[in-house]
Formats: sequence, C-alpha cells, structure tokens
Amino acid sequence: MGAEEHTASHAEVRIDPARQREVVAALRAFMPEHAVLFREEEARPYECDGLSAYRQLPMVVALPETEEQVARVLRTCHALEVPVVPRGAGTGLSGGALPSAEGVLLGMAKFNRILSVDPLARTARVQPGVRNAAISEAAARHRLYYAPDPSSQIACTIGGNIAENSGGLHCLKYGLTVHNVLRVRGYTVEGEPVEFGSEALDSPGFDLLALAIGSEGMLAVTVEATVKLVPKPEVARVIMASFAEVETAGNAVADMIAAGIIPAGLEMMDRPATRAVEEFVHAGYDLEAAAILLCESDGTPAEVEEEIGRMKAVLSRSGATQLKVSGSEAERLKFWAGRKAAFPAVGRISPDYYCMDGTIPKKRLGEMLGFIAEMERKYSLRCPNVFHAGDGNLHPLILFDANDPEELHRTEQFAAEVLEKCVAVGGTITGEHGVGIEKINQMCVQFGGKEIALFLALKQAFDARGLLNPGKNIPTLHRCAEYGRMHVRSGKRQPFAELPRF
Amino acid sequence: MEAALARYAQRIRSAASTGGHLRLTGGGTKDFYGGPLEGEPLELREYAGIVSYEPSELVVTARCGTPLAELEDALARSNQMIPFEPPRFGAGGTLGGCIAAGLSGPRRAANGLYYGAARDFVLGCVLMDGRADLVRFGGQVMKNVAGYDVSRLVVGSMGTLGLIAEVSLKVLPVPVARATLRFTMDSAEAVRKLNEWGGRPLPITASAWCGGTLRVRFEGAVAAVDAACAMLGGERVNAAEALAYWDGVRDQSDPFFTTPGALWRLSVPSTAAPIVLPTGVLPTAGAGSEFIEWGGALRWWKADADADAASIRQIAQSAGGHATLFRGADRSQGAFAGHEPVLARLHKNVKAVFDPAGVFNRGRLYRDW
Repeated sequence: MGAEEHTASHAEVRIDPARQREVVAALRAFMPEHAVLFREEEARPYECDGLSAYRQLPMVVALPETEEQVARVLRTCHALEVPVVPRGAGTGLSGGALPSAEGVLLGMAKFNRILSVDPLARTARVQPGVRNAAISEAAARHRLYYAPDPSSQIACTIGGNIAENSGGLHCLKYGLTVHNVLRVRGYTVEGEPVEFGSEALDSPGFDLLALAIGSEGMLAVTVEATVKLVPKPEVARVIMASFAEVETAGNAVADMIAAGIIPAGLEMMDRPATRAVEEFVHAGYDLEAAAILLCESDGTPAEVEEEIGRMKAVLSRSGATQLKVSGSEAERLKFWAGRKAAFPAVGRISPDYYCMDGTIPKKRLGEMLGFIAEMERKYSLRCPNVFHAGDGNLHPLILFDANDPEELHRTEQFAAEVLEKCVAVGGTITGEHGVGIEKINQMCVQFGGKEIALFLALKQAFDARGLLNPGKNIPTLHRCAEYGRMHVRSGKRQPFAELPRF
Repeated sequence: MEAALARYAQRIRSAASTGGHLRLTGGGTKDFYGGPLEGEPLELREYAGIVSYEPSELVVTARCGTPLAELEDALARSNQMIPFEPPRFGAGGTLGGCIAAGLSGPRRAANGLYYGAARDFVLGCVLMDGRADLVRFGGQVMKNVAGYDVSRLVVGSMGTLGLIAEVSLKVLPVPVARATLRFTMDSAEAVRKLNEWGGRPLPITASAWCGGTLRVRFEGAVAAVDAACAMLGGERVNAAEALAYWDGVRDQSDPFFTTPGALWRLSVPSTAAPIVLPTGVLPTAGAGSEFIEWGGALRWWKADADADAASIRQIAQSAGGHATLFRGADRSQGAFAGHEPVLARLHKNVKAVFDPAGVFNRGRLYRDW
C-alpha cells in the first residue's frame, strides 16, 4: 500500500504507561539506553511494516547488539509474560512485523554482518539483518550468488526472508528460501539456543528447518543462518512475447512447461499494468498487446542459444503476435526494469494500491482473470495484474484512495473475494508475502478447524505461552467462527448487497 | 477408497484408546531402515492410485499406496520424472514409504538448477493423525506460505507423525541430454574436484566415488552437456552402462552396498576432510570401504557389524554432520543420531501435537517414542 496516513479501519491500541516503565527498566538493566526505545517519537518509525494500513505503536523497541542481549531480552520478556515481535527491515507486505501495544518490538537490524563466504563449499554464514542483495554482492567475486530474489531485495533482510519463505522472480527454476537455506541458528521464546538444519544436506529427526522457514517469526528468533550459493549463469536473455488475448498468454505458459522447458523467469503483465509501467520506465513494452510474457533463459551462451530457440518455437505455436529477444544485457535489464517497477508505477497512477498474493494452478489463469474483471465492476475499482506466471502466483493490484474509508473497505472486500476464489480453484491465499495480520481471516477459508487446531498446537509446542509474534499467521478458532458469521452477513441478507457502490 | 480410510481410522482410534501401537507399512522395502519394527502392522497398499496429474502444472497427486514404479511410469509417459530420484531398494515400494523415509537419490546434490531432496518437492499432503482426523496441508501449487509447512515436516518423519494418506509432488521434465564421465583419482582429490566443479555453471546432476574411480553425471541442454564433457576431460561412459550404474547407486544394488557388513551413512558438509572410521572397517572386495556421493556431502562406510557406534557418530559430528546406522547391524540402540536437550524436547512436543497417544511407528525414529 501507499504511504498515506490511514488508520480508519484498524484503530491503534493504547499503551499502559506503568507496564511500559516496568519493561523498559527490566531491559535497561542489561542494555544501553540507546538500545531500548519507548518515547513516541523514537518508537513511531516502527509502527508498521510494508503493510501500512495496519499501524500500532510498540510499547517498547529493543535493538540488541549482541546475541547475549537477544537471549536476555527473550528471557526477560518470557519471565514478565511480555509478547515479542521480531523485525528485520520491515519491508514485509502482510503485517508480519506489526508491533503489539503490550509487547517488545525486537529489531534485528544491528545484526548486519556477513560472517563468512566459503567459495569452495558454496555457502555463506550471515547474520539475520544482512540485506538479501548484500549476500550476492559479497559472493560475486567468486562468481556465485544467493538465488532467491524478492523484488525488495535491496532492502529486505535474510532474517525476514527466512520468516516469510520469500520467493522472487527466479524461484521457478532456483527455488524459494526453503530450498536455499541450510541452517538457522537462533533462540527459543524462552531464550534457549537452538539450531535447525546444519551445513550437511540433512539432519536427523524431524525437518524442523523446513518448519521454521516461513513460520513468520512465531517459532524462534534467528541470529545466524547458513545459505546456499550457486554459480552465476554466464549469460541470460529474455524474450518479450505479445498476446492479443490474456487467455492465450496463460495457455502459452502451460505450453512452455509441457514442452519440458523450465524458464529462469516467466512473468506476465496485462495491458493496464504495461501501460502504467511504460509511462514510468519506458521499457519498450508492446502497449497494444492484451498481455505480455517475459520469458528468461540463463546458462552458458550455447545453452541459452539452444533454449531461446525452443522457447520461441513454443511461444509462436501458442499464438504470440510478436516476439522480441533481448540483444544485449542492457536490453535485458530494460525489459525487466518494467516488471520490477510495476508496483511503484502503479503507485504513480493511484494514491494507494493493495497487492494480493494468491497462487492458483496455471490452467485456471483465464478463469481467474475473468473473475478479477468481474470484481472490478462489482466494486468499481481498477485492478492491473502482474503475475509470476510460471508458478501461478498472482499479484493483482487494486487501486484505491485510502483517505476514503469507504473505498478502503471496498478494497478489502475485493481482495477477500479474490483470495477466496484462489482457494476455490485449488490454490492458496498467499504464495510468498505471508499471512501476517492481513490475511488472517482468509486462513479460515484456506483451512478447516482441525488444521487450524493443529497449527495452534504446533505453535504451543515451541511457545507454550504464545508470546512470540502473537496474533499473526494462524487465527484462533474463535476468530474463524466470527469470520464465518460475518461472511454470511455480507451475502444476500445484507441490505442492497447487489447495488453497485461508488 | 473411502472404505479403506474408514478402516484405517477405526484401527487408529482403537489403538489410541487401548494404548496400542501401529506399524504403518507399504511395500516393506525399507523395513530395514530406522529403529526396530514395533506394533501391529497397518497395511496401506490398498489406498492407492494417482488422484491427479497435470504435466503442464508440474504437479502429481497420488495416494500413499501407489507403487513408486506406477508413478514413475505415468510421469515418464509425459517425459517427466520425480526429481529427487528416490531409492527403490527393490520392487513394490510405495509413495507413502518414500515420503515417510524421506530418502533422496543421486540427483539430491545437483548443481545450480533447482533439484534437491524429497522435502524440496513435496507441495502438500493429506495426513490421518493420531486422533484419526484427516487433515490437509499445503496444496498443489509451487508457492504456498499459508500456515506452517507441515507437508515438508512429515518428509523423513518415518511415519511417526501420522498416516501420510496422499501426497502432492512437484515434478520436472526429463533433461534433454545426459552424459557420464569417469576419472581416476583418490577420495581427497575427488572431494576437492567435486566442490570446485560445484562452483562453476556445469550441469552436474550426480557424482559417485568408489575404489579410486569418480563418476560424474551431467544433464541438461545438449550444448551444456557437450561443453561440460569437453571442458572436464575424463573418459565418457557408454550410455547403457551409465544408466545401469546410476540405478545401482540409487537403489544400492551396486556391489559396494550389497556386500555384507554394517552400512553407515555419514551426512557431512561437502568440503569435510576425508573421513576415516577407526575400528572394524571392512574393505569391500575390490571396492574399498567408502563410497562418496552428493559432491562430497554423503559418505557411506562399510564397517563390522559390531563397530563402535558412538565413535562413528562422534566422527560425523566433529565433521559438522551426523551418522545413521543405515543397515546390516543391530539397530536396537537406535539408527539415528540423537539431539541436545532443547531439540529433543521440541521433537517430543511436535510428536505429541500429531500423535498424542503415541500410536504410530513407535521406536522407528527414536527409541523412547
């Protein structure tokens, strides 16, 4: 969402000053003054992450500088029964780092050192506050890189990537965070040291590493990770393919995979998205096309030559009206610049936008686009579409003005309907941005009561008192029961439910 | 199929209420693996069949009793494969057993491309837990971060968390070209070379060193495979011989694995210095006593059946990894390396979440549960 001030639908909870004094004193017993913040002007910058529709002033902000301090913050908070919300760079899009009015925000930004890069083993040991892109920068002189590349990679941290199991433009071929992290070392909510995974390729017992990755900071606090580095492809080239129909473009994606090709990246944008982008970055997109596909091949020059040929053949057979292959690295980057600038470009044509993150089976893409168009009419809101087409991950962007509370409300209903449709067609409410606070109601649509109960029990297995990042990711069964009722009310029984609203 | 599930639920409920134990079984091809078998067998082969397979989605969903061979045949007809090359250890193995054991074959440590372990390719599962509740996690899409990743947690859980009724796997196209090269070198040089090559954009998808011979498999685009072969030299292995060789590694029908003695599996960082087990190491006829896979990250050792387990585990741990007593010796003291107290507690807690009455596969992962 944009940066406009709006707390209309999510009121801020007041902080208890006596409790605040107690917790500050307890933390300052072992941390310097500058590392424990509580005055409003100091704590305000931490009030939200990338999902700015939800804001809450944290009771206390703790910015530890040593591992010992992390452990003691956790032990102290556990003893005082104070919730702890871990935070990296705060770029997350689902409110996973939204502070608690009764809690301590644990900012891990000072843990920003790359501890070692081992070119022979192709691994890097890093602290959680290291930026995603900084790992690849450090590995570049060995012609290696860290593969997952979320679009926020210049700012987001590896600790946050681990919490969210972040993906990126190239995860179809190179995998998500869970496929590229070997080991996570951290502390339990009680401040005990714990290590998941190892620098070997597997560990005895349950795969707690896989469980911890993507757990949204609910199971443990990361203080160090070992990530995998992979050889940098010698060259990459991208094809820009135009299509006269969005459905034809969707089918071309399926045809590509069925032909046995796994592109390094396979992205789709519809015309409203390419038009917004073209004005902003002049990427050279075909503005007459209903949709364009960006299809990348990487590897050795000979390998890329061979694969680009196969890709062009498939795209032509699938009905592409125009194919343009990047002739130079500069042109390749220009083609991608448009896709990478999609969110800011959309930000220029609308005061705010709301980014969705559902994932669906690729064969349902046409149907899904039809549904989104229907929702645009129903809610009188525009919605350009950008997709990680290769893995069915959608990022429709609803344009709205958050200064208008009624429009924000319509936007949230629009988004909820789209996410529920994702579930209905066999997909998921979130492919890579996480549930956080934002999609917590839709979790009740994605999962039944028994699954939710097991998730809550799993949380308890790691955090019996529910103090680590409470209220995120997994809804209570009570909340689902309430949401269920609310959902029924928003159907036909609501007065004038069928009327368009402006 | 519903009737089978109802029967399983009945058995689970009855065991849970009487303090009984069930042993989940499929084809029985991995009965040798893990702790000793305990409990009444609950036979799952009947719950079989491919539920859905969409080649253009790269996803297949099948029931636990589906024979691995049937699944692989169906994929092969669309020129696709299970990317982690699960070991088969003989005919009759099932998908459920494959996921419960969580073992991966030679392609596990492939270079660059997104190949990986069994857990890397599991997208979703349906589990019947210790309360006989049927629960569904993950799904049939590549990217899914809704809720905790239970589908990957059950991979390698040895059936201790529940009956894995159905699994969705990501599959991949069969590579266009492949070649195998053979080199003569000692184990230290092989480990060094494999790590060096791993840092270059070469399409290596398997490696095996044994008895002074290193074999490396390349798969991918024709141009990439040809270029790699030209660059690295070595001796090109005839295609049919190579195919048979990698099957032998995958299924452990290679002579190194079939000779008698205890087989230890040491999973270590790929760059770990050459490992030498201290006592009772058996040189396998003509093959030596060590077999190295996964670019150096997996070191198999043949040892006397009564070799000292504690010191073997200590050696693996010092190298940054862990040792598993894989087969061929008394496993009553446990097959897998243990945990320090915090991890041990988390394991017990997680087990209790899914199987509070301790119905499933008692002792198969750890002795006391």
